[in-house]
Amino acid sequence: MNIEKMISPTIRNIPPSGIRKYFDLVNEMKDVISLGIGEPDFVTPWNVREAGIYSLEKGYTHYSSNAGFIELRREIAAYLKRKYSLDYRPEDQIIVTVGASEGIDIALRALIEPGDEVIIPEPSFVAYKGCAVFARAVPVIIELREEDQFRLTPELLEPAITEKTKVLILPYPNNPTGAIMNEDDLRKIVEVLKDKDIIVISDEIYGELTYEGKHVSIASFPEMKDRTILINGFSKAFAMTGWRLGYACGHPAVIDAMKKIHQYAIMCSPTTAQHAAIEALRNSDDDVQAMVREYNGRRRIMVDGFRKAGLDCFEPLGAFYTFPSIKKTGLTSDEFCERLLMEERVLVVPGTAFGDCGAGFIRATYASSIENISEALIRIQRFVERYSNAK
Amino acid sequence: MEELLEILEKNSKLSEEQIAVMLGKSVEEIKSAIKKLEDEGVILGYTTLIDWEKTSKEPVTALIEVRVTPQRGEGFDKVAERIYRYPQVKACYLVSGGFDLMVVIEGKSMKEVALFVAEKLAPLESVVSTSTHFVLKKYKDKGVIFEKSRPDNREVIIL
Ligand SMILES: Cc1ncc(COP(=O)(O)O)c(C=O)c1O
Repeated sequence: MNIEKMISPTIRNIPPSGIRKYFDLVNEMKDVISLGIGEPDFVTPWNVREAGIYSLEKGYTHYSSNAGFIELRREIAAYLKRKYSLDYRPEDQIIVTVGASEGIDIALRALIEPGDEVIIPEPSFVAYKGCAVFARAVPVIIELREEDQFRLTPELLEPAITEKTKVLILPYPNNPTGAIMNEDDLRKIVEVLKDKDIIVISDEIYGELTYEGKHVSIASFPEMKDRTILINGFSKAFAMTGWRLGYACGHPAVIDAMKKIHQYAIMCSPTTAQHAAIEALRNSDDDVQAMVREYNGRRRIMVDGFRKAGLDCFEPLGAFYTFPSIKKTGLTSDEFCERLLMEERVLVVPGTAFGDCGAGFIRATYASSIENISEALIRIQRFVERYSNAK
Repeated sequence: MEELLEILEKNSKLSEEQIAVMLGKSVEEIKSAIKKLEDEGVILGYTTLIDWEKTSKEPVTALIEVRVTPQRGEGFDKVAERIYRYPQVKACYLVSGGFDLMVVIEGKSMKEVALFVAEKLAPLESVVSTSTHFVLKKYKDKGVIFEKSRPDNREVIIL
């Protein structure tokens, strides 16, 4: 038997990740400063860790209900109300998932029939396209532009919509660009969508990490409430990536459909994490705020550093990424990253890892200490100078 | 202002230039804000937190509960001053509860600290009694946990 041939062509045809080679290179190197990590450098606040430990001590080691502990869903509802003025019923409008990742996956699977189109603005998180393809959807890519600060505009959205469009992914605050969409930006999108049969999957996992104004959810527009599946989670704001916990909110019919998949594929989300998350939502506002402040200081240092190094860097106002243009160096994103790693031992990610239109950009994260960031920026400046002079 | 202080309290090694960028202010603004805070005595100094255990010098720390009779018209301040003026005294607090002053002393050896208590502290007229607790192990000081620095064990690339 040819085992390879047994693999589903849909999966087989997905190209291998372009960043694989960096793993191999880095493994053989010392003193590398990595600005390539898309997760907080902070450890989960102690009160939250302690709540998880306590639940284990008490022997809470069983399944929860499929949708997650009702106590946690109530806290999620209260949190969304408090933060974003959103109203979701804990009983039938919220499902607790294994990270935002699962939320994205089951939202797509609940909606998609093979051949349906899913509009995905890029550059963005790699999972959207992957999950859309797994669900046998046809991804329709919108190429976001730096001159729009990587926001989605009606001019870009409208031409992408066809009869077959089922879903729009709205990935803000954005990984990798750090772009955000404020209320006015969203209103323009709402105008386009409000009388179309399109569901928005709004990935707001970085909502809390917004550095100018407050994050606004598209679900807070009354005409969008039922047409939106809100995806969120604990990984970024609460520094809980390894706990694997997130949630999705939406119309009861959609949540019910997602629950069917979740129930058969996952059963329930990890309960230790659920206990910890209850504590996170109740008592971590100060910790979250302290992390946001710290990120904001580093964000400014990093943007300033890239600009001083002579690179154009638009002002990212969310998440923990900067997305400078490296076109000036005459290198491609991939060449830049590989040479920067080999010559200066700094690891950043090529913009092309997040979509073809990421060409000419790199993603650098400031989820790293000020000391690391400052040292990395010195090395980057030296590197950029070398290539600018060589030209 | 508060944010500036919080940044400095956590890491006073940052340069004025770095702080200015972090807060979105000009270097001049930061310089004059710091100067003002220093002049007003809000910022009293810049110190370094050292784990002396890891050096060849291993100073001994003791917490001393001191019970005193307050003096007429002076309250506790006068006795406290006579105590905190000694350079060996690293901290001195007036506290509520079963005793009055909590005095933190550092010395080169247990003997030195004990002698200081016996010769300088206990004999003070208004000191009624002292109770000395030697520190055996420091787990955390000034908000910093005394442990080997935690390696960054995250994967090098995560999309
Ligand atoms: C935009 C975005 N959405 C979702 C996720 C996944 O989050 P979770 O850990 O909750 O699955 C990430 C993680 O990097 C992300 O960047």
